[in-house]
Amino acid sequence: MKDMNMDIAPEKKSYIDLNVVQKKMSARILLNKIVNYLFLLSTLFGLIVLVILLYRVVADSIGWLNIDFLTNKLSTSPDRAGIVGAIIGTVWLMIIVGPVTMVLGIGTAIYLEEYAKKGRFHSFIQTNITNLAGVPSIVFGLLGLTIFVRVFGFGSSIIAGGLTMSLLVLPIVVVSAQEAIRSVPQFLREASYGMGATKWQTIKNVVLPSALPGVLTGMILALSRAIGETAPLVVIGIPALLIPIPGSLFDSFTVLPMQIYYWTIDSVLVDEYAHLAAATILVLLTVLFVMNSVAIIIRNKFQKRY
Amino acid sequence: MCALTITARKSTKANAPLASDTENTEKNIVMNTRALNLWYGENHALKNINLPMLENDVTAIIGPSGCGKSTYIKTLNRMVELVPNVRISGEILYRDRNIFDKTYLVEELRTRVGMVFQKPNPFPKSIFDNVAYGPKIHGIRDKKILKEIVEKSLRGAAIWEEVKDRLNENAYGLSGGQQQRLCIARCLAIEPDVILMDEPTSALDPKSTLKVEELIQELKEKYSIIIVTHNMQQAARISDKTAFFLNGEVIEYDNTDLIFSTPNDKRTEDYITGRFG
Amino acid sequence: MSKTVGVKDLIQKKDKLSKMKSGVEKSIPVFLFCLASISVLTTVGIVSTLVYETFLFFKDVSLIEFFTTTELKPLSPVEPKFSILPLLTGTVMTSLVAMLVAIPIGLTTAVFLSEYASPAVRKVLKPLIEVLAGIPTIVYGFFAFTFVTPLLREFIPALGATNALSPGIVMGIMIIPLVASLSEDAMNSVPNAMREGAMALGATKLEVTLRVVIPAAISGIIASFVLGISRAIGETMIVTIASGSSKNFTFDITQSMQTMTAYIVEVTSGDAASGTTAYYSLYAVAFTLFVFTLLMNMFARYISRKYREAY
Repeated sequence: MKDMNMDIAPEKKSYIDLNVVQKKMSARILLNKIVNYLFLLSTLFGLIVLVILLYRVVADSIGWLNIDFLTNKLSTSPDRAGIVGAIIGTVWLMIIVGPVTMVLGIGTAIYLEEYAKKGRFHSFIQTNITNLAGVPSIVFGLLGLTIFVRVFGFGSSIIAGGLTMSLLVLPIVVVSAQEAIRSVPQFLREASYGMGATKWQTIKNVVLPSALPGVLTGMILALSRAIGETAPLVVIGIPALLIPIPGSLFDSFTVLPMQIYYWTIDSVLVDEYAHLAAATILVLLTVLFVMNSVAIIIRNKFQKRY
Repeated sequence: MCALTITARKSTKANAPLASDTENTEKNIVMNTRALNLWYGENHALKNINLPMLENDVTAIIGPSGCGKSTYIKTLNRMVELVPNVRISGEILYRDRNIFDKTYLVEELRTRVGMVFQKPNPFPKSIFDNVAYGPKIHGIRDKKILKEIVEKSLRGAAIWEEVKDRLNENAYGLSGGQQQRLCIARCLAIEPDVILMDEPTSALDPKSTLKVEELIQELKEKYSIIIVTHNMQQAARISDKTAFFLNGEVIEYDNTDLIFSTPNDKRTEDYITGRFG
Repeated sequence: MSKTVGVKDLIQKKDKLSKMKSGVEKSIPVFLFCLASISVLTTVGIVSTLVYETFLFFKDVSLIEFFTTTELKPLSPVEPKFSILPLLTGTVMTSLVAMLVAIPIGLTTAVFLSEYASPAVRKVLKPLIEVLAGIPTIVYGFFAFTFVTPLLREFIPALGATNALSPGIVMGIMIIPLVASLSEDAMNSVPNAMREGAMALGATKLEVTLRVVIPAAISGIIASFVLGISRAIGETMIVTIASGSSKNFTFDITQSMQTMTAYIVEVTSGDAASGTTAYYSLYAVAFTLFVFTLLMNMFARYISRKYREAY
């Protein structure tokens, strides 16, 4: 190890001048402090905008959001216009999106996590789902317009809108259901197999119940996305002034975001429409707030049980 | 002579400074820990530590896992304060200045008291940039000077010959042992006074361990070194002084050869003879 | 003892059903496979409709006209013109404005949450910022049109009632949480040992962040930017409402500019009869949009996977 001795240079020359280091130190620390506050400010920027946005919506809807507004049908006259049709339309939409995405989403997730062999085909479906999640919602609208409205001949009906919206939010349900299924510990499955249960019995009686909270959370998030989504429905074709209340899956319909859209763009013609739009936004945000709170409660309640 | 030493050691057992140690009078005290207590939340992790550390010595800190040795070494450059809910009392004097003093900036302290970690932690940058990082943040911009510093530091860490032809390659291409010596070079580049080493060889194979140990022997010519180790042979091989920690307390501190030949405390003896730990 | 026998009997009785049981066991995977293939069918549906109708469009209009000329007059009764360039500039300019807002604010938010904030502060701020991501885009559209544009006009009198600036800014705000949370994830995956290594050399937090954490997390950070851009390109309602429908080939963000998405909305909700060139043009535009966003999403995944540092 003689060469190691040679490695150590005998020179005592010093490069770091402590006085210089000290002099620069206070500036560096000050800069760090300033930047700390700038970053905090930047973080708060988004929240400030959020507060302004909410304030605007609430301020604009005061005096407009009341029982009449919630129970009246649409009207060109701002004083008599209400959103009962849009509320019922939104409920109808959920009646389709809920069951369809639940069956498709959970089924796909079970297939991917429990049955499919991890290989090319598995990663193909997985990649496909990831890619679908990134497709702009308006492209789903065109798919719905071409397939459901035109080819299947559903027209601009609840079923066409509902199926389109289901495909749009499907990736959300699949991914969250997959995560939930994956987090079910292996020993629970083994316990079930150990008693002679079959694979499907194990999935049905052990895996799915344990994964339920995660699946539900994903479902709620998917539904709240569907409730707020506008673009695909614009493409499918929702009439601006639809007075009759839909009564079946094949009726045309309108939903809360569509009503916001039409009132917003028409607010240049009739000033009061901006207030109607704001009041509808408040209703929509309240619904979303409640749904998300439920999702958070479910998630927190069932988190980390194992 | 021996008997005399032992009585002297007994009398100073708790507050380690050694009256009998002739070396003590020749060497300066670089860092002096006085009545140091540290709590993680409610957990009293360090209890009334008093330890001197001498210039150009290698001081080994040994003890079983969870005895506070890592906590202690991280307190010496105040890295321990990154842990939430840490409380500290007492003082550590570095060159006669209390490092917990409000006017003492941690960044300044850390340029004087360098650290080498348990696992090699090079930055995901080139070998050159790893070593130049410290000088750069401290304001050295001149390319030529940086080059000189990098070469000097890599030579100092006995790795220059191995990497001089690939300074621009990513540090993660090096072996674990080389990475650790690179981390030592990175530490040398800021020309510290004291080097803290927290089990620097625990993640290395025996061959690399040997190299790092030899390097430590070289480095003590110029630096004062504190090394935490759970390997008692290592402590015996490379250190001048050894402190034995147990449950957050310093049980014994003395010349390494004395600790390993005639330990004073039953617990020290139990530990170094492998009866627990 | 008799109880044990009873259970055995029951099990044996049940085994008679085992034939049926194995039938179920075999058919379940097939059924689930069919459900899983719906997602593949969706992709096939999207691609085939877009490709087919786009093909019909290019029978009438040449690729050269579509990509190199600058006039877009789909419904002109005299001489309809089909160029995507005005829509591309509209899309690019609004997205550019959006990213000028989202990248600096998103990244600094990520740095603050990951490097500076105490766990308690982080726990409060992070979900609040996520709220921004949960607000429907139509609400942002309303906000851009009725609040941000009038506000900006106080400062820029020349600003049009519809323009690219205001929806761009609002879109940027919408994308902040996306950039922030993905960048933060990337920074969180940088091992603490690396931060400690830099701090032990006397680096300040800022120096640790700029010279160690961000370089180490750069692939994930860039991926977050690319996904943000992709989101901005595909965003529809904000630009439809607040950016207007001017089809002029211009780079002036104070004036109305139509994006690709807004064009699709206009044509589908307008009078373009099925089968006309104007009708097919929306598929050509949608196909372009689809390809752009798909490529960006794939690119983002590629870089974040390929260049993830093996610490």
